[in-house]
Amino acid sequence: MASLFDKLKKGISKTKAQVFDRVSYAIKAKKKIDEDLLEEIEEILISGDVGVEATRHIVEEVKKRVKRERYEDSEDLFRILKEEVANAFPRDDFQETRLPANPYIILIVGVNGTGKTTSIAKLAKRFQQQGKKVLLAAGDTFRAAAIEQLQEWADRVQVDLVKHQSGSDPAAVVFDALQAARPRGAEVIIIDTAGRLHTKVNLMEELKKIRRVIQKVVPQAPHLCLLVLDATTGQNALNQARQFIDAAGVNGIVLTKLDGTAKGGAIIGIAHELKIPVRYVGVGEAMDDLQPFDPQLYAEGLFEGN
Amino acid sequence: MLEDLSSKLEAILKKVRGQGKLSEKNIADSLKEIRRALLEADVNYRVVKQFINDVQEKALGEAVLRSVTPGQQIVKIVHDELVRLMGESNTTLKFAGIPPTVIMLCGLQGSGKTTFAGKLGNHLRKKGRHPMLVAADVYRPAAKTQLEVVGKSLNIPVYSTASNDALQICKESIKAAREKSCDIVILDTAGRLHIDEEMMQELQLIKRELKPQEILFIADGMTGQDAVNAASQFLERLDYDGVVLTKMDGDARGGAALSIRSVTNRPIKFISVGEKMDALEPFHPERLASRILGMGDVVSLVEKAQDAIDLEEAEKLERKLRKDQFNLEDFYSQLQQIKKMGPLEQLLGMIPGVGKQLQGVQIDDRAFVKVEAIINSMTPKERRKPQILNGSRRKRIAAGSGTRVQDVNQLLRQFEEMKKMIKRMKKMKFGRAMPPGMFPFG
Repeated sequence: MASLFDKLKKGISKTKAQVFDRVSYAIKAKKKIDEDLLEEIEEILISGDVGVEATRHIVEEVKKRVKRERYEDSEDLFRILKEEVANAFPRDDFQETRLPANPYIILIVGVNGTGKTTSIAKLAKRFQQQGKKVLLAAGDTFRAAAIEQLQEWADRVQVDLVKHQSGSDPAAVVFDALQAARPRGAEVIIIDTAGRLHTKVNLMEELKKIRRVIQKVVPQAPHLCLLVLDATTGQNALNQARQFIDAAGVNGIVLTKLDGTAKGGAIIGIAHELKIPVRYVGVGEAMDDLQPFDPQLYAEGLFEGN
Repeated sequence: MLEDLSSKLEAILKKVRGQGKLSEKNIADSLKEIRRALLEADVNYRVVKQFINDVQEKALGEAVLRSVTPGQQIVKIVHDELVRLMGESNTTLKFAGIPPTVIMLCGLQGSGKTTFAGKLGNHLRKKGRHPMLVAADVYRPAAKTQLEVVGKSLNIPVYSTASNDALQICKESIKAAREKSCDIVILDTAGRLHIDEEMMQELQLIKRELKPQEILFIADGMTGQDAVNAASQFLERLDYDGVVLTKMDGDARGGAALSIRSVTNRPIKFISVGEKMDALEPFHPERLASRILGMGDVVSLVEKAQDAIDLEEAEKLERKLRKDQFNLEDFYSQLQQIKKMGPLEQLLGMIPGVGKQLQGVQIDDRAFVKVEAIINSMTPKERRKPQILNGSRRKRIAAGSGTRVQDVNQLLRQFEEMKKMIKRMKKMKFGRAMPPGMFPFG
């Protein structure tokens, strides 16, 4: 387990180092907590895509606590900041090793190019390693070669894939996959969907239809609907989250591409405002580079001093 | 929230009126508001800082104009400054003296390179060129297949081999292009992180060997603060010639454009606005400036209307309107023309102030479907002479179109009202004052 955490830490701290190091620098350079220091922290959070509103909230909370609990030392501030960032994320009792349903149905949604298909492959691998039988559904029937892409991943990971022709109705693919689940003994079904901008009403309606079709077969499903967010995305991530929650019933986030220099701070705003937990983070290109999200670890990584 | 930047500034600056001049003190609050607007639009933090300083310098000491409110005046200064920063006349592509011209695309994963490769090919072919697409992404599963499918759908040749050496593929493609007498090759390289040393070297190698006339950096229009990092790292390695912003058909404000422009000083050459292969637009700094400030995009709307509307049709319609012969057939063809302009929602989003108010309101093109179905269920005679539509005809139409008689009645009422409106407008002034085909309907 240690190596996983190390990797996550490495993934985050490497990427964060450039900007978020400034926090610890700013903090260490000053012994006393004053307005200038708080302002500097505000600047640093904003440049990490945390967003104006969420930043204001965090800084306000920190200010309040500094006043109430009479912190003087800047080292204290460091700790409070981390706590406040971690606190922004809603508590989550999701445990992937104890799935509450069989088959457990996961629907993957998101805008174009966030890494849905790659994340699906990594997820499939995770569940497979836990001894679960995984079935994939090639619900992206729109983008050129999306089915071939998922097929290649399915071959590599060695899981089953249900697919139709390119251009066919994604809801029909989903229906077939759910029908195939029992005879094939699938315990986890992961459904891919085409990337779509959250502003396209007809495409968002299509998601609703997919959801309806799933519920026709399995009334409580999808058990997990993951929105795949690109860590490089800015404040638009909030709009994305709002619209996908509305159309697809998103109840978890996968934050991808955290191995770059982007900090993915927009998730703090999303967690704060929309109360949606982050379930996984993508920290690299290797198959085991999708890891469960840990708010403390994330906050640590953000403000780590090296 | 930003839709009302102007009105917010208005409120803040009310007191400035009558003070004669914009001073550091009386514009401080409005600069704060603008700062916030830019940050929410994803303009990089440091770029915003610099920008606000510049604007402050420009605004200070300016006399408060009588003709506009101080709020409008500041928005104008900000807008002009944005346009100045992002503007660049040199947005054309360079072509080689001896073909083929090599255009190389690069960028992060998922920024939209492959789709853009298709769009660019399509765009260049429309200009009479003969492009060839080169599948140089040897890493992502099925990336080559994707480009092949894109090429096939456009009927543009794609150079794709089983090799997993991107450089070799690129080199070979030049020969292939000559053989097929293609005068442009578009290299679709793999997406990569700007901190991935090995992958960045691969790009440098391709650049050195192929000597592209044009290297374009493809950036996701929704990128946040990190846009500056990726853009400057790619610039350092490849010294690219221009930037393409993709996924701009969403509701991201596109502040990344300003960030990238300020740190790289490279022009934005294209804006990509949809999944269809013709969804590519040249870059207009004044439009993006409005968008970043959340002020709508009227120019694009009018242009879209001009694109979609058949002039001949419009003139025919105009004659009919003059003679008061407008009937349901014309109404129907009007509908078709508006539909051609794109999703209704996207059009409405371009109207200043409408965007945010309509958020969550379901406007979709299905509103049209009902109307179309009703008109389609009429006989040609009925369409030309709606006055003959009696009760039993209406019943038949409702049954035929899967609607209710009330729906048919409603449509006819709307149609009558529209005719009346047209008559009134005719009395006022009919002619070129209004873009053809842009009058309201049902």
